[in-house]
Amino acid sequence: MMKIFKTLFSLGLLATGVAIAGVLPARAQLVIDVTQGVVEPLPIAITDFVSSDTMGAEISAVVAANLKRSGLFAPIDKGAFIEKISNPDAAPRFSDWSVINAQALVTGRVTQEADGRLRAEFRLWDTLAGQQMVGEQFFANRNNWRRVAHIISDAIYERLTGEKGYFDTRIVFVEESGPKNQRVKRLAIMDQDGANQRALTDGRSIVLTPRFSPNRQEVTYMSYEGGQPQVYLLQIETGQRELVGNFPGMTFAPRFSPDGQKVIMSLLRDDGNSNIYAMDLRSRTTTRLTSSNAIDTSPSYSPDGSKVVFTSDRGGRPHIYVMGADGSNPQRISFGDGTYSTPVWSPRGDLIAFTKQTSGQFQIGVMRVDGSGERILSSGNLQEGPTWAPNGRVIMFFREGGGQSGPKLYSIDLTGRNEQSIPTAQFASDPAWSPLLD
Amino acid sequence: MRRIAAITRNPAVIALVAMLAVAGCANKNTPNNPGDLGLGAGGIGGAGSATPGSAQDFTVNVGDRIFFDTDSTLIRADAQTTLSRQAQWLAQYNQYSITVEGHADERGTREYNLALSARRAASARDFLIARGVPANRIRTISYGKERPVAVCDNISCWSQNRRAVTVLNGASM
Repeated sequence: MMKIFKTLFSLGLLATGVAIAGVLPARAQLVIDVTQGVVEPLPIAITDFVSSDTMGAEISAVVAANLKRSGLFAPIDKGAFIEKISNPDAAPRFSDWSVINAQALVTGRVTQEADGRLRAEFRLWDTLAGQQMVGEQFFANRNNWRRVAHIISDAIYERLTGEKGYFDTRIVFVEESGPKNQRVKRLAIMDQDGANQRALTDGRSIVLTPRFSPNRQEVTYMSYEGGQPQVYLLQIETGQRELVGNFPGMTFAPRFSPDGQKVIMSLLRDDGNSNIYAMDLRSRTTTRLTSSNAIDTSPSYSPDGSKVVFTSDRGGRPHIYVMGADGSNPQRISFGDGTYSTPVWSPRGDLIAFTKQTSGQFQIGVMRVDGSGERILSSGNLQEGPTWAPNGRVIMFFREGGGQSGPKLYSIDLTGRNEQSIPTAQFASDPAWSPLLD
Repeated sequence: MRRIAAITRNPAVIALVAMLAVAGCANKNTPNNPGDLGLGAGGIGGAGSATPGSAQDFTVNVGDRIFFDTDSTLIRADAQTTLSRQAQWLAQYNQYSITVEGHADERGTREYNLALSARRAASARDFLIARGVPANRIRTISYGKERPVAVCDNISCWSQNRRAVTVLNGASM
């Protein structure tokens, strides 16, 4: 992954030396409180970055699309803009922006360095306070312009919400094509907004349930390529693949530990039941974590690595359990009607996302890690497979169409009110959200 | 349901259950006669025209698949009949090794369904072993909900997908 360099503009220090009249003390006034149940989207004006070609407008469009999809921002139609930003080093006419109800304003410029690199500068303004909130510039390879736009989006999101963004991330998923009873499945990867899609496997074998390593360089997944379905590791950049472990039977439901040192997964026993094992990727030693005469699967570590949440039907029907990372003290935490599966621990550590089946519906929901506070975010005929954005505010999942149709990806935030479809070239399932890249 | 499933994984008990089962008395909503489903060697010839000992004979006249209730790995009475026929046939034609494929319908989540269909394959395998098929002639594979035979959105359809299919290895159709 190409490195993108960042520098910061200090507050009010404008390259042209233009002083801003009436600059207030640096004090965050413009804040979106994302902890509230209902958030009114913040009106924000995102101007086309000044540039000699279309790149400035394209970067602005990606930033606006990101912020709009978050549900927290309402980008204002450019047709309403009064001031045309031609010199992004000068202070904008704040009254021109406040009068169209733009509480925040984004300006910027894109130029090309002598060595061919892209230089992108942007500033975030509080139009009511009349002050700059953020000023940064980035240097990047020109074909990384979308990443620059995502990083700028994250900077705006973070400054205005007080929480980390999630736009400079990627999704690994299963791309599906062909008739439903002979589906061709390929691992594929894309940016979180659906751009830059490319396949990672050739489709000759069924592949399922890819998950990112914490450093985003590897994916662990399940493949039928060896005759017996088993868990593999894939290096994204090189395409190199390797089998995880040397087990006689099916291995499935893999996921990395938060430190990236282990893969936790299910191993099928000869009697037809499944137990959970952790495999150390360096020493290649395996540790058995469950030994019930039941199905134990879909393990997911807590972000501190001390606990594991998983699905088991040891109580008769599939429910969610939490145990120590050494397998100690398993406790059932789901008690509602229906069945619960696919638990995934939030990167913030505070919630567990799950799929619940009840009354013929599949629901995506969250509960606290002790099982309390269950909330259903989305209900549908057939949907499953939640994955968390790295800031723990948004969940992506897939929903099947009926009949010969196929699955598509959707995201929903924790309010349950902002559902967005993620565009993919083909049908798509089993999404996994990457961590933020540093 | 789970308790029954656990019992039927014990080969000795399976044999007992099989003896008690009344052949042909299955009253489940899933037809288990392959001819009813059109799942046999359709178009090649009707039942009876298949060469004895051929894969077509196995599929059409014996029945290569059994069906399960929702979220269950219990071998139903109708399935016991089919598996018993399979075991007899495999005793007669002992050149074949088999792969038992476990499948689930789409009304479950992917990873759980992989585990569920693995348990279905193991249940069918254990029943066949109890009926005399040598364990070393049987391997199992789990497909979860990846390979439905019927594609639609209703109960009759899903019931056809909850299945264990016995595939003859090295047989030409």
